[in-house]
This record gives sequence, structure tokens and C-alpha cells, in this order.
Amino acid sequence: MKYSYYPGCCHHTSAKEYDISSRVVCDTLGIQLSDVPDWSCCGSTAAHSTSHLLATSLAARNLSLAEKEGEDVVASCAACYQRLAMADHHLKTNKDLLQEVNQILDRPYGSSIKVRSMLDVIYSAKSTLAAGVKKPLHGLKVAAYYGCLLVRPLSVRVDDAEYPQTMDELMETAGAQAVEWGFKTECCGASLAISNEDIVLELVFKILEAARDAGANCIVTACPLCHFNLDVRQEKLNKSRGQSFNLPVFYFTQLIGLSLGIDQRDLSLGTHFLDPSRLIKTFDSFNGGDRV
Amino acid sequence: MQTINVTDVIRKNSTFISMINRDSCQDVKKCYQCGKCSAGCPLAPFMDVLPNQVIRKVQLGMRNEVLNCESIWLCAYCSTCSVRCPRNIELAEVMDSLRILAQRENIRPKGRAKKVSIFNKGFLRSLKKYGRLHEFTTMLGFNIKSGKPFNNAETGLFMLTNGKLKLSVSSPRGMDEINRIFEKTEELEEKRP
Repeated sequence: MKYSYYPGCCHHTSAKEYDISSRVVCDTLGIQLSDVPDWSCCGSTAAHSTSHLLATSLAARNLSLAEKEGEDVVASCAACYQRLAMADHHLKTNKDLLQEVNQILDRPYGSSIKVRSMLDVIYSAKSTLAAGVKKPLHGLKVAAYYGCLLVRPLSVRVDDAEYPQTMDELMETAGAQAVEWGFKTECCGASLAISNEDIVLELVFKILEAARDAGANCIVTACPLCHFNLDVRQEKLNKSRGQSFNLPVFYFTQLIGLSLGIDQRDLSLGTHFLDPSRLIKTFDSFNGGDRV
Repeated sequence: MQTINVTDVIRKNSTFISMINRDSCQDVKKCYQCGKCSAGCPLAPFMDVLPNQVIRKVQLGMRNEVLNCESIWLCAYCSTCSVRCPRNIELAEVMDSLRILAQRENIRPKGRAKKVSIFNKGFLRSLKKYGRLHEFTTMLGFNIKSGKPFNNAETGLFMLTNGKLKLSVSSPRGMDEINRIFEKTEELEEKRP
């Protein structure tokens, strides 16, 4: 399979682990990615909170660039995915809007491609993954956290809005145990993290508590905003509320990469706030150390 | 205490309702106040007006109350309300349209809402300047504008030393096109009724 890849603004900074692991996992699973040439920001929350026309046009610029390459476009970041997919949905269902947006863009969008999420694309390669697992993730009890942007609203969701399963199934395929828990799609507060951190601490506290109570020893996400909020806030909550959270937070692509036998250094596992190395050693010992 | 006939009031406020309906592609008239949106909203405990009250106030034409409340800014667009509404109203879209209208009418958000607005403006400034989000200057800009220059400094330092924040940013070549997108959409928005 070939896709145009939309890296998103955080791909080489706050979410570099997601970008790095997505690329290497796709390569191993035979999914070819080539970057959308000259991509720009999807507009994110700031644009759709300011003007729907601006939000759709900013996303459409990237859709038209991807369309020129002739392949469907895949975004790893859940926020980028949602913005591109929402714009595509509106442009495909509203001809007047498509005409208006195409007058704004230098290069018209023909609305001939699909927008896919990294979760959805890798899930489509589940059988390849199953055949390629070299180091099953035994000992990892994973709380699969989907957040909002991949499962809502209905027009662009890639899985069920209340009880999604795709990431759980991928984790089970990789040899981990996916725990049952009730906070899979509860909002972490997203970009309120910067503007109203106290609110996000409250929301993240409930999510972490639910994951811990369900018996998880780590969390997997498919969203840079979710990852950031869950990873960074644990130490803060431990200090301010006398908690002892220690749930390493991974991108699902990092754990899939480990199960495929990809070297840890190629998955950027050392740049999270919470060091996951002790937990990774646990599952390594199940696999007989470095034996593959 | 006064009894009001909702059907009559909705009819009287059709201009405001139509404006919100058109921009959000929703029909707020359909809401029968079951309260499911507020029950599931993760931000409801922090809001000054509950989500179901926001939609009721739109129905009742309480324009100033709605456009001046913090709730329309605190909505994180998680869309939990949208997928659970038994009347199929995507309330997250309505919240978005209310934020947009408040800005068009130059209403100055207060309290928590002001902070959300400062962040959004900073984000768009970065997009206009670089074509992409430059996290470092956007975060620093937010800190300065909100009067807490050293907010989250420890987090920032960790990110810088681990290559998760960069001082430089690489812009796309099509900056002219991106600037035109901003200019043209602004022109078209100004012409709208």
C-alpha cells in the first residue's frame, strides 16, 4: 500500500516519537509513505474556532497537494487527521463550499482522495503484523486510550465513539494484554492544557486513575495531545495530590515497533517524560533478554 | 416567575437562530432539553452555563448572555455531546459557531475564556508567519500575554533538551498562498450577513 503522509507541525518536536515510530513501523509492514510536498498546518482548533471557511481552506490546501500525488493521505496526529477529514467531508458534501474554497486556493481540490488515520491504516495491516511479531509484548497490560479526535464526530470517526476496539486489537495482536476500562474516549482537555492547565489536570487525573484501577501498567495513545497531557501531568499530579502514578505512555506505533523486533533506539523511546525502560525490561525478560 | 411559550419565543428569535443554524449546519430548534449533553460533557463542571442551557438560551434569543459566557470558549470540541444527542444536534458545532460570532461582534472574553482566546490567537499568528505551528514562540507568547512568563518553564526545558521543542522552524515554500488564504477568507467573511 502507498499513501501520501501528512506529518503535522509537531512531527519533529513534541510528537517526534509518533512520527519516527510511524515511519519505521509502516516501512516494516510494507506500507509506503511519501510526505505531502510543501505541507502546511491543518489549522487545528484555533482555525475552526475562528472561521469555518479559514479552517476548511487551510486543510484543503494540504488535500489538494496530496491529491496531486495521486494517493490517499494519511495523518498520524489525531488532530491533523480530524481537521483534514472534516474539511474533506464538508467539501465532498457541499458543492458550493468546494467552489468557494477552490477560489481561495491557488490549486483547486478535486475531492478525489480519502483521508485516513495512522491507526486505521495500521489496523488494515493487522494480519501482516500478526505474521511479523518477533517479540510479543508479554507482561504489558495496556490501557488503550483513544481520546476524542479519532472517534468523534460521526462523520469522520475511525472507530466506535463509545467503545472502540481497533487499538486494543492491535495491542493483543502484538502480544500485550489490553485491559477493559471505561475512559477510552473521555476527553483529556486537549489544547486547554496551555490555556487552563488546572482543568486538564482534573481531567487527566480521572483518566489515569481509571487506567490504574483497571490494572494497566502502561497507556497507549494515537494522539500527540493525549500523549502530552497524560505523559507530562503524572509527575505534577504526584507532587500536588500525593499520587504515585507511574504509567508510561506510548504511541501505539512504538509498542507495535517493539513487537516487530525494531531496535528501541529507532522508536524514540527515550524522550518521554516518564522513562519506560523498566517496563520494557519486564517484557524483554519474558522474551529471554535480547533473544529474538 | 413567568411562563413562556417556547414555540412563540423561537419564532420571534428566528434571525439569531437562523444565523447560528446556518453557520453550524445544525438545527438548534430541535433540542427538547433532555440534558444528555451536559451530563456527558467533561468540561461542564468548569462552565458558567451548562451546554443544554447554552442551546436553550440560543432558542430564547438570549444573545448577549450566550455570546458573553465562558462555556462557549471552554468547550474543547470533544464532541461527546454531538454523538449522544437523541435529536442529532452536533452541539460542538454550535459552540464553535457561537465562539466565531462572539469574535465577529468584538466581544471580549473574560476569565478562563480570555486565556483560550489568547492561545488561539497566538496559534494563528504562528500559522500566518511560518505556515506551521512554532511551538516554542507560541508557548512563550502565551506565557507573556497571560502575565506568567515562566509558566511551565521546567516542562519547556525538558522538551528543549530532549529535542521536543525547537528554536527554529522550517516554513513551507507556499507562504504566499497561505497568506492569501487568510486574506481572502477574511474578505469573504466580512461580506457575510
